[in-house]
Amino acid sequence: MITFDLDRAPLRELNQSLHDVAGEGDRRWRIVNPRGRHNIAVGMTQALDVEVAGHTGYYCGGMNQNAAITICGHAGQGVAENIVSGRVRVKGNASQSAAASGRGGLVVIEGDAGARCGISMKGVDIVVGGSVDHMSAFLAQAGTLVVCGDAGPDLGDSIYEAVIFVGGQVGSLGADCIEKEMTAAHRGKLEALLAQAGIGADTSAFRRFGSARRLYNFHVDHAGEY
Amino acid sequence: MSTDPRLKRESASFHRNVIAEIQRAASEGIYEIRGFGAKRHLPSFDDLVFLGASMSRYPLEGYRERCATDVVLGSRFARKPVELKIPITIAGMSFGSLSANAKRALGLGATKMGTSTTTGDGGMTEEERDASAVLVYQVLPSRYGMNPDDLRRADAIEVVIGQGAKPGGGGMLLGQKITDRVAAMRTLPTGIDQRSACRHPDWTGPDDLEIKIEELREITDWMKPIYVKIGATRPRFDVALAVKAGADVIVLDGMQGGTGATQDVFIEHVGIPTLPALREAVEALQELDMHRKVQLIVSGGIRSGADVAKALALGADAVSIGTAALIALNCNGPLYEDDYKALGVEAGLCHHCHTGRCPVGIATQDTELEQRLDPEAAALRLRNYLSTMVLEAQTLARACGKSHLLHLEPEDLVALTIEAAAMAGVPLAGTRWIPGRS
Repeated sequence: MITFDLDRAPLRELNQSLHDVAGEGDRRWRIVNPRGRHNIAVGMTQALDVEVAGHTGYYCGGMNQNAAITICGHAGQGVAENIVSGRVRVKGNASQSAAASGRGGLVVIEGDAGARCGISMKGVDIVVGGSVDHMSAFLAQAGTLVVCGDAGPDLGDSIYEAVIFVGGQVGSLGADCIEKEMTAAHRGKLEALLAQAGIGADTSAFRRFGSARRLYNFHVDHAGEY
Repeated sequence: MSTDPRLKRESASFHRNVIAEIQRAASEGIYEIRGFGAKRHLPSFDDLVFLGASMSRYPLEGYRERCATDVVLGSRFARKPVELKIPITIAGMSFGSLSANAKRALGLGATKMGTSTTTGDGGMTEEERDASAVLVYQVLPSRYGMNPDDLRRADAIEVVIGQGAKPGGGGMLLGQKITDRVAAMRTLPTGIDQRSACRHPDWTGPDDLEIKIEELREITDWMKPIYVKIGATRPRFDVALAVKAGADVIVLDGMQGGTGATQDVFIEHVGIPTLPALREAVEALQELDMHRKVQLIVSGGIRSGADVAKALALGADAVSIGTAALIALNCNGPLYEDDYKALGVEAGLCHHCHTGRCPVGIATQDTELEQRLDPEAAALRLRNYLSTMVLEAQTLARACGKSHLLHLEPEDLVALTIEAAAMAGVPLAGTRWIPGRS
């Protein structure tokens, strides 16, 4: 395992080193003393295991491809934004816009997530062990958001084809987001995602939400629904 | 009752266009959405003239003495700045709004002249990457098609905050243009009306933008210049904040800038013209001692070499063209007249980019219409047009005694109207008066 101390070397050197890992290089990295720094381990392309020992600032794991990143602390705004593949796990809580516009891969937040979790998501799977705040899955296009706790107001506002599972209470649903039937197939998908995320939860209380598809094409009669 | 036609008087407030629009609104119950840009008269570069050489200024020989045109963009932080042979770039326009052939034509034409083209909402197509020697990749609020691999294979990155046709508004692409390919690139269902977000999903404000720019630099190992594009509203503040956030290049788009689809009320009533926006932006850079260190690209209503020269004289490092480039490809060309008629217009008046029924195959996803645009021939027309603009700008610069287009300066200009003098910050012709200053 390679240990990189952000108290001893700058962020630029860390990210360049991670980008430059060749095929035969050490696959396990541990980053110590992150101290809330922004942009840690962004733009990863290699299938590395990266552990961040502490809290991170904005965009940790941003645009990740292939790497498995674990944040042993809380994560700042936009953790794993636009993730393409691989995994990002937050052992604490995540600030707003977690996994924003994520295109693929898996993001696991063991604690709570702030507002707009999964905003504009485009295929990523997100599992939140706790609760999410308002406007989560806003404009969500594809992928799955699992919330084991509660969801704040305006969940799934202007949602497209993404799917939301919520185990707790929902503050309110946003424009064009509706509750949908929870079939055995959906429950199976939920259980598989929870297992993949390593989050234990009783799935019997979960409900499923998605798009009513009423607002896909603009019609003046629907103007008041926004 | 008199039948004297001289007694007929049209209302200035309720003229025929206004009456027609009120009755259209009463019939349809919704605002008009259209393409193109502002159609109202605005103070513009036409209201400025060059003074040319005289007893106190020496001109350069028109056909013998060199007038250079090259420009470097992104020299502030990027390890690999963009080097262009001419200071005229092609503005961001999306595949989806434009056909693949049109995107390819823009790339080929720009490359022939040694300049750049730009992606748009929806991501990068193979056609435009292959055709464009220098390609700027836009990062937009929607993040449609946003891909780190494309980020790395771009030559520069442009964070789009707004555009001149609709500062404060998001992208719009109506369902008739959301084909299977466009839908797949944007991860949307085929045929829906795409209305993009107007704010970025993971940052708000200049402090966040600074971190976002750092992220883009880290992902691309600080190789690529980072542009920040703003719609012209409060350029003095926006430019200063973009500099503070770490931009290498600022793209300033005035309200004459075009669009593929936007509400008419937005196009005509939001933002400020390119002329005053440019002056405010230059002053903001000068106040920060960043003029020429952070490069300024100005767009919105640039049509000729005269416009280019005037923009550079007022302090821009380069200009960007969108609508004019499409017109060079044949937008609004007098071809396929029956198809213009079917849209209720004629060549020269068409703004039906939003319908996807572009008669000349530019703003369409229809496979038959798209074939009407031969990308190789269209690229040649764009090259000819760009070449003409450069020759015109060089002609004016030499007349002012300048051996490089970037040596043009405000002192070379005067204004023909009080409004233009005030907005551009140059004297009214025949006076030393700059309204608001002297």
